[in-house]
Amino acid sequence: MKMKDITQKIGFASLFACMIVTLFFLGAIIFFIAARGIKVISWEFLTQVPRAGMTQGGVAPAIVGTLYITMGAIAVALPLGLACAIYLCEYSPKGYFVNIIRMSINNLAGVPSVVFGLFGLAVFVKYFGFGVSILSGSLTLGILALPVVISATQEALMAVPHSLREASLALGATKWETIKKIVLPTALPGILTGVILSIGRVAGETAPILFTAATFYTRRYPDSVFSEVMALPYHIYALMTEGTRPEQQTAIAYGCSLILLVLVLTVSGVAIFIRQRQRVQNA
Amino acid sequence: MHENRAVKMKAEGVDFFYGPRQALKGINLEICEKHVTAIIGPSGCGKSTFIRLLNRMNELIPNSRLEGRILLDGENIFEPSVDAVEIRRRVGMVFQKPNPFPKSIFENVSYGLHVNGVKDKKLIEKKVVSSLEKAALWGDIKDRLHESALKLSGGQQQRLCIARCLAVEPEVILFDEPCASLDPISTGKIEELIMELKKYYTIVIVTHNMQQAARISDHTAFFLLGDLIEMGKTQEIFTAPKDKRTEDYITGRFG
Repeated sequence: MKMKDITQKIGFASLFACMIVTLFFLGAIIFFIAARGIKVISWEFLTQVPRAGMTQGGVAPAIVGTLYITMGAIAVALPLGLACAIYLCEYSPKGYFVNIIRMSINNLAGVPSVVFGLFGLAVFVKYFGFGVSILSGSLTLGILALPVVISATQEALMAVPHSLREASLALGATKWETIKKIVLPTALPGILTGVILSIGRVAGETAPILFTAATFYTRRYPDSVFSEVMALPYHIYALMTEGTRPEQQTAIAYGCSLILLVLVLTVSGVAIFIRQRQRVQNA
Repeated sequence: MHENRAVKMKAEGVDFFYGPRQALKGINLEICEKHVTAIIGPSGCGKSTFIRLLNRMNELIPNSRLEGRILLDGENIFEPSVDAVEIRRRVGMVFQKPNPFPKSIFENVSYGLHVNGVKDKKLIEKKVVSSLEKAALWGDIKDRLHESALKLSGGQQQRLCIARCLAVEPEVILFDEPCASLDPISTGKIEELIMELKKYYTIVIVTHNMQQAARISDHTAFFLLGDLIEMGKTQEIFTAPKDKRTEDYITGRFG
């Protein structure tokens, strides 16, 4: 065998090994969480409020709270992010100023989430007086998700071939009609990818809701956007750091982790399904 | 040279600049109604730039600048009071590469009607069918109107783009090298179609292919480095060109 062939074989083998290692970690995480979490999962666990100092009953308020906050965050981030990306990509004059805006948005994505939490506390909770509430938490998480939504949307918009825009304009469509009827539908799969990514990020965040939305324990379900809520990530954190019955609390924490994992995967799954269907229609 | 024929479009002293670079220099030419006018010339001669001025497509390019006038039925289309959207409806365009929308065949053709405010479903259906018939595509696809346009072959896609353009009933149709990416058989079909369409529409075609210009056009304009070198009846341009450069180009001495 020639030296070149051997080098090539070694190359392939090491790439394959890296992939196996990666897969192993992914599988291990899911297996570990599932194996430990499944023990406490029951109908009661999913539908009851916590009892006996968090050691019995269920985590239903935390599930509901996480759903509300996540949906709220997307409701904030999606229209704002979409509008911002469309403006930057389609309307703004290209130049120095817009490049700076773009760079700032990308940098915003790198800001640690606890900083967003403090910002939310100062601005939404205190200054606007929304208090520790679903509203404050959704706004904070929405801002956190904005950069992801904006950059994904921008990339998706830029990937729409120029020839399609020209074809539409040449038929007597206005720029707005072209964007609405041709560019956005074509870019939709890419935009959805951004939303999927941000849902995953938002649902699991702990630090931003620490001061803005979450409470360790409440027996009530939220009755308005001004209610404070339990949330899965914060509940896990609280179970592991506070309280007096570590063994029972740890088991419940794994149960919560499993629920969170399944929630995020389900939402992503739905979005991927929509995206696939859209692609098939486009192809 | 355009005896007894109405002039549909006219360029008067047209200069065009991309930033500091001048792409067109003092172009004067007339486009006759219900004739095919071919624009030929080597790459970079400004022929595509020129045809894109006729429906104001070049406005989309930043830092570009135009001087002179382009008239459609005697009216300057670059007048501030004139709406570019209206001009583009009256002057349709078929592009170099087929660019159907990622939608169904039906929606591709009905799109132009929707954006031009046609609401009546029956009317839309009628116009879609008649446009596809005029573009000689109906027979190929009548059973798959609601399939994706991207499933069609390249030649069919280009005919769909022509049908899409016909649906909004333009007065002038601009073809920007419409056969550049097509095989000879598809090219033949598009050429036949253009010959047929000139009964109803004024046609301007940019082409790299001199045989194509000779086959289908009534008038030919030869561009070189941003100048209009010569324009006249196609037969005369190809048999007895007045300018030495035209002769060199059409006999294949450069290009």
